[in-house]
Amino acid sequence: MAETVLTNPGQSPARLEGWRGIAADWASDQRAFKNVSWGKAMMWIFLLSDTFIFSCFLLSYMTARMSTTVPWPNPSEVFALNIGGNHIPLILIAIMTFVLISSSGTMAMAVNFGYRRDRVRTAILMLVTAAFGATFVGMQAFEWTKLIMEGVRPWGNPWGAPQFGASFFMITGFHGTHVTIGVIFLIAIARKVFRGDFDVERRGFFTSRKGYYEIVEITGLYWHFVDLVWVFIFAFFYLW
Amino acid sequence: MVDIPYEGIRGIPPAEVPDVELYHPRSWWTRYVFSQDAKVIAIQYSLTATAIGLVALVLSWLMRLQLGFPGTFSFIDANQYLQFITMHGMIMVIYLLTALFLGGFGNYLIPLMVGARDMVFPYVNMLSYWVYLLAVLVLASTFFVPGGPTGAGWTLYPPQAILSGTPGQDWGIILMMSSLILFIIGFTMGGLNYVVTVLQARTRGMTLMRLPLTVWGIFTATVMALLAFPALFVASVMLLLDRLLGTSFFMPSLVEMGTLSKYGGGSPLLFQHLFWFFGHPEVYIVALPAFGIVSDLISTHARKNIFGYRMMVWAIVAIGALSFIVWAHHMYVSGMFPQFGYFFATTTLIIAIPTAIKVYNWVLTLWRGDIHLTVPMLFALGFIITFVNGGLTGLFLGNVVVDVPLSDTMFVVAHFHMVMGVAPIMVVLGAIYHWYPKVTGRMLNEALGKFHFWVTFLGAYLIFFPMHYLGLLGVPRRYFELGDATFIPSSAHSLNAFISVVALTVGFSQLVFLFNLAWSLFKGEASGGNPWRATTLEWQTPETPPGHGNWGKELPVVYRWAYDYSVPGAAEDFIPQNQPPRATQLVQGAAS
Repeated sequence: MAETVLTNPGQSPARLEGWRGIAADWASDQRAFKNVSWGKAMMWIFLLSDTFIFSCFLLSYMTARMSTTVPWPNPSEVFALNIGGNHIPLILIAIMTFVLISSSGTMAMAVNFGYRRDRVRTAILMLVTAAFGATFVGMQAFEWTKLIMEGVRPWGNPWGAPQFGASFFMITGFHGTHVTIGVIFLIAIARKVFRGDFDVERRGFFTSRKGYYEIVEITGLYWHFVDLVWVFIFAFFYLW
Repeated sequence: MVDIPYEGIRGIPPAEVPDVELYHPRSWWTRYVFSQDAKVIAIQYSLTATAIGLVALVLSWLMRLQLGFPGTFSFIDANQYLQFITMHGMIMVIYLLTALFLGGFGNYLIPLMVGARDMVFPYVNMLSYWVYLLAVLVLASTFFVPGGPTGAGWTLYPPQAILSGTPGQDWGIILMMSSLILFIIGFTMGGLNYVVTVLQARTRGMTLMRLPLTVWGIFTATVMALLAFPALFVASVMLLLDRLLGTSFFMPSLVEMGTLSKYGGGSPLLFQHLFWFFGHPEVYIVALPAFGIVSDLISTHARKNIFGYRMMVWAIVAIGALSFIVWAHHMYVSGMFPQFGYFFATTTLIIAIPTAIKVYNWVLTLWRGDIHLTVPMLFALGFIITFVNGGLTGLFLGNVVVDVPLSDTMFVVAHFHMVMGVAPIMVVLGAIYHWYPKVTGRMLNEALGKFHFWVTFLGAYLIFFPMHYLGLLGVPRRYFELGDATFIPSSAHSLNAFISVVALTVGFSQLVFLFNLAWSLFKGEASGGNPWRATTLEWQTPETPPGHGNWGKELPVVYRWAYDYSVPGAAEDFIPQNQPPRATQLVQGAAS
């Protein structure tokens, strides 16, 4: 059903080179992507669609920023913190980015242990990933609070173009929602892993289908995607 | 393409994916209401889309009453007229055609045509329908909220879409945006299923180049929808924020009802770019399934293989790809950088090449075919004619210089109704006549069907062909009434009245079709499993209508392409895709 079949009888012995090979793979029998399960294929295609959503958000923001006639607030000023008497630009964002990138590392380790069927380590690493994600969302909430206290609103702010607040809350809010959904999924899957659902092939509550350890990797795909999107938001919103 | 039919002789590889374990419904509720079976979901999608489509049809009657006989009907005022226009357009394009082609035909035909037991993730597929239903209900609720539905026009351009003075500014626009967002979420769940089913869940022997063109059309349209709807999603979210939170993504600084509005610094053009980055692919999201289905209708009912199958596939893919780089041809008069027009006019005209390939191939398929003038065939022929007609006026509108004077006239209305209204609906109707026997086990009444076809086809022509002329006279679109403008001759007014009479007639003739659907369900002639003697897999199911899991114990194995009609030397004039080559050794002998 949904699990990967590692044998590949559909592969012809003589592999074609270059474009002909790609065309032959695509046009081959039964499956266009050999050894890719349905779930993984679906997640990749969903991520492609989601990429278009984030691209549209970022392009809209860039359009607004480039076409505004009012000065755009300076991000390294706005996102600076005073720590121990030192004024450090972008420090919170740097920490947030570090936390989120680290969570990608623990996620990759969880995938590895998942395929070794080490359910305790997999579950712990997924929970660590979820904790990093929750920390990220928590720091984002702190950042939102700080900006709102300073008078930033979706419709305006004390320093310049009103699109600054609008884009900021919309894009980071949409990304934060993605992280939050990811955290919920991580916890749900970690619970299943820890309980041994994938060892005893227990059926899902909603779908009544058996689950497989591959779901750890599929969750990981989503998680890495959310991290990757953050890199772009970081570059285009904070560093520009 | 002589080699395709005989490819199967080389042998079929073993199954790569073990047979699926289906969810088996245990109660009436999970069998017919919260069903995970793609066929039931398809019927749910189709009925919901048809129901809301009938609302849009009635709205068009009300518009025609007003346009044909201005001042006669006091229950239609200018605001309502705008609301009718908006809801008619939005419902027809998104909630009817997109949902019917992809959610309806896609769900029913993809698993059957590729030889799968169901969609890959039936539970997600079920959720897709229920979210779609919610979107439809939210949309329909706007008729009952204070202020009524939005009257911003189906393109919902800001700034006017969210300013006071536009009807539905209170609730209508908010609910419209919410409904669109829900629709996109629901569609994404279904669309991912369709794409993965076509790519990864085909039966043994069903290579991509043996897929019926119907599946190619629906598949490509779904991929496009997954990439185009994000732009509408983002535009909807941002417009909703502009309206609810007072952000100014799309709103420039302007005076609203005599006072300076709270907005400032936004770009209305940005909305148009986002909207049409969705909106133009949307045209082909509706057209490509129609292209695919009509290819199969023509081939089956002309008893002849489709001409140039490979080119038909590549044309579908090429049209799909090109449609993402033509969007600003909807914006020639928007005030965008004028030289963009060169680029977008060029790409627009390039689309004519793959489209023309398709039209020639349809005609060449008919050439010397054994044409059976069945109802599906009549509708397919009707499609070719209306589509060519609408496509040719597209050449006018695709060129900047010709488009500028024609912009916002009835010419545009005539063009897009011909090409993406009437033409796809012709295919929808033909497809219903074609596949109804598979869905219900009974034939639709042919006499009623022919009556329905001639009234619809001739009527639609009489409605939209004169509209071009009105447009050339300069009659603007979206006007509540024309008044005493001197450049509009009185003949234009009589023509408007004529169009309205025909429109009402055509509208009411659809009741004949609805009656036929209901009556044939009980009294129709029993059809058997394969009444059209067609080759594709959905006609080879062990039961009709196909049972749960589609195929009984064994999945079918595919040995040939979908178009083995009238093969010389074969016993019958069609060879089903799952018929092994042994049975047609005569053919093999003839080929060697």
